[in-house]
Amino acid sequence: MTQLIVFSILNGLVFGMLLFMLSSGLTLIFGMMGVLNFAHASFYMLGAYVAYTLGLRIGFWPALILAPLLVGLLGALIERHGLRRVHRFGHVAELIFTFGVAILIEEIVQLVWGRPAKSYQVPPSLDFPLFHLFGSAFPAYKAFMLVVAVAIFVFIFLILTRTRAGLIIQASLTHPGMVAMLGHNVPRVFMIVFGIGCGLAAVAGVIAGPVLGTFPGMALVLGSVVFVVVVVGGLGSLSGAFVASLLIGIVQTFAVALNISVGNVLMGLGVPAGASAALHDVWKVTVAQVAPILPYLLLVLVLMVRPTGLFGTRES
Amino acid sequence: MSAPAPAAARPLAVADVARVGVLRRYGVWLAAAGALIVLPWIVRTGAAVPIMNQMGIAIVFALSFNMLLGQGGMLSFGHAVYFGLGGFIAAHALNLAGRGGLYLPVPLLPIVGGLGGLAFAALFGTFSTSRAGTVFSMVSLAVAELMAASSLIFDRFFGGEEGITTNRAKAPLLLGLEFTRDRQVYYLIAFWVFVAAVAMYAFSRTPVGRMANAVRDNPERAEFVGYSQRRVRYISFCAAGLFAGVAGGLFALNYEILTAENMGLNASGAVLLMTYIGGIGAFVGPVFGAIIFTFLQSMLSDYTGMWLLYVGILFLATVLWAPVGLAGIMMLHAPAWRAGRIGRLVAPYAVVGALGLVAAAGIIGLLEMIHVVIAADTPSGLKRMFWTTVNVRAVTSWLVFLALAAAGAAGLRWAGPRAATALGEANRPGASR
Repeated sequence: MTQLIVFSILNGLVFGMLLFMLSSGLTLIFGMMGVLNFAHASFYMLGAYVAYTLGLRIGFWPALILAPLLVGLLGALIERHGLRRVHRFGHVAELIFTFGVAILIEEIVQLVWGRPAKSYQVPPSLDFPLFHLFGSAFPAYKAFMLVVAVAIFVFIFLILTRTRAGLIIQASLTHPGMVAMLGHNVPRVFMIVFGIGCGLAAVAGVIAGPVLGTFPGMALVLGSVVFVVVVVGGLGSLSGAFVASLLIGIVQTFAVALNISVGNVLMGLGVPAGASAALHDVWKVTVAQVAPILPYLLLVLVLMVRPTGLFGTRES
Repeated sequence: MSAPAPAAARPLAVADVARVGVLRRYGVWLAAAGALIVLPWIVRTGAAVPIMNQMGIAIVFALSFNMLLGQGGMLSFGHAVYFGLGGFIAAHALNLAGRGGLYLPVPLLPIVGGLGGLAFAALFGTFSTSRAGTVFSMVSLAVAELMAASSLIFDRFFGGEEGITTNRAKAPLLLGLEFTRDRQVYYLIAFWVFVAAVAMYAFSRTPVGRMANAVRDNPERAEFVGYSQRRVRYISFCAAGLFAGVAGGLFALNYEILTAENMGLNASGAVLLMTYIGGIGAFVGPVFGAIIFTFLQSMLSDYTGMWLLYVGILFLATVLWAPVGLAGIMMLHAPAWRAGRIGRLVAPYAVVGALGLVAAAGIIGLLEMIHVVIAADTPSGLKRMFWTTVNVRAVTSWLVFLALAAAGAAGLRWAGPRAATALGEANRPGASR
């Protein structure tokens, strides 16, 4: 039992930090521009694919740097030539635009890399068990993921709160007009933030690709969960995204690890076994099966009880 | 200005007024009904009727989606949930009717689907519609994901991987009507498409439909007038769910099978694509969009495995350069048409059209060649396209298509604004003929 708990917490932390890498960029972009970037997870996928292809030539480590730069550049270009154009038609039009970009990226990935999954491997230098606990190994690569994610969190946090650039970004969040009056190019700030956000998503893709798989559906798998994180944490709130990422990461990992059914739980609570046909399906559902639903239930709950999200200050 | 028409010289008889009024008010609907009736006798190729059935279902679905997006300003990423649930309920009802447990003739099946869609929209709408904008979109996405995950859990209702199959031949007959041949099914679907379209149009003209527009444009002001924006959205949402369910019922009736995919994210995305390409600002827009989308889906997929890529490009182009959609573009020409100046646009539009074709040929050629190179399933490197054989290995073919794409794009940059100016000229009120 202790083993289950410890490893679930560790894996939950890794998954949660991965979610945070994605949601940090998304929530920043949303906070600044009011755009919920539907294509965010697509940039995550692009990061994995580009790094895979680059990695074949130049190795994992240079690809870890280069792929996010390329994807970030692409993101900035899309902001400059696409999103900015649609901006005047309102937020719904922007959401529709990013939705179109998401479709296009998925199709292009299928065109360029094909439908089957790519065998994007953990680099040999990190392919060893870091430590053994209760007889199970904890891979070094997962620790590496944790380190990268924490480093990114610290990095963003320091930039936003301790540097002049961060000051301008934060001011552009709330008072874009005033910042523009002071002579800053606010659209360019937006473009840069969008590019950085996409680059962060790509970093997540590069380091998650070998673990979660590199296939054309990988954006879809994480995309919706990342939205949940951002909304639950509070739109535009970085610390909210951090807490919500860890929360959802750990809750989901625990739920997947538990192999008891609803019937077991109810019986444990003293409810007699229900044999009625209508409820049969519900009765045999295991907690692991419910796991994918949990984030969305949480989202609906949070929106009903606290529409601003856990740490947010505004609704949309 | 033109001289008064001679007819105005004598007083109009009451019958005249009535006739003109009927034609003016219902002419479009009568024409649509006529078209629905004669279409299967005009288009006689083998696959035409099944494709038209598919179009009819898509039309109802897209129109119901536009009740949310176009009329209510609510962008849903999970509208297929109500389509699918309505369809599943209809399929189960049909199976029950087949076993004799329920008197349900096939023609009434869409009503069951609609009630199913309505019931779930009424349930999920309670929390979905509390907010508009981005939050609404996110909740709709969450509901779609919830249902996708639930479909794996509730095997009995959703039928797991195989889905739920049904058989319309086993249901009791109504007025001795049988639905065994494609054409019989077509007329049944056409009937329901017409009824649903009329009903949705009528809804958009009711005070509730008008308030949906008001809440979309200025929720605060609507509240000050005394309407609860939440309530207005909820009613629109339920109505949209009802008609999505009708479309789902038609789907169950036509294909006799439903799988969880029918209510998945891809289905929800498809309806957004078709509605937006058709135009969300006009009632008829989604109809155009559904027809174009279904046509592309069934035609393009014969030629290329990347049809969704092309539809995606079309969609993004619409979002970027023509956010009013096809119907919106047509409406932009109404003043020029009334002024009789539409003829002046032929020349500039022909130029734009020709350049557009050049650019499209270049882009399609490049994409197809990339596909050949990467898929590597044609070892010869020869690809049949555009009525000729292209050698993918030759640098020339890449250069040709690249040049076509670049020339077309550059030409469009030049011709596009000119065509827009010409349209502005033609639309200007009071200019001489």
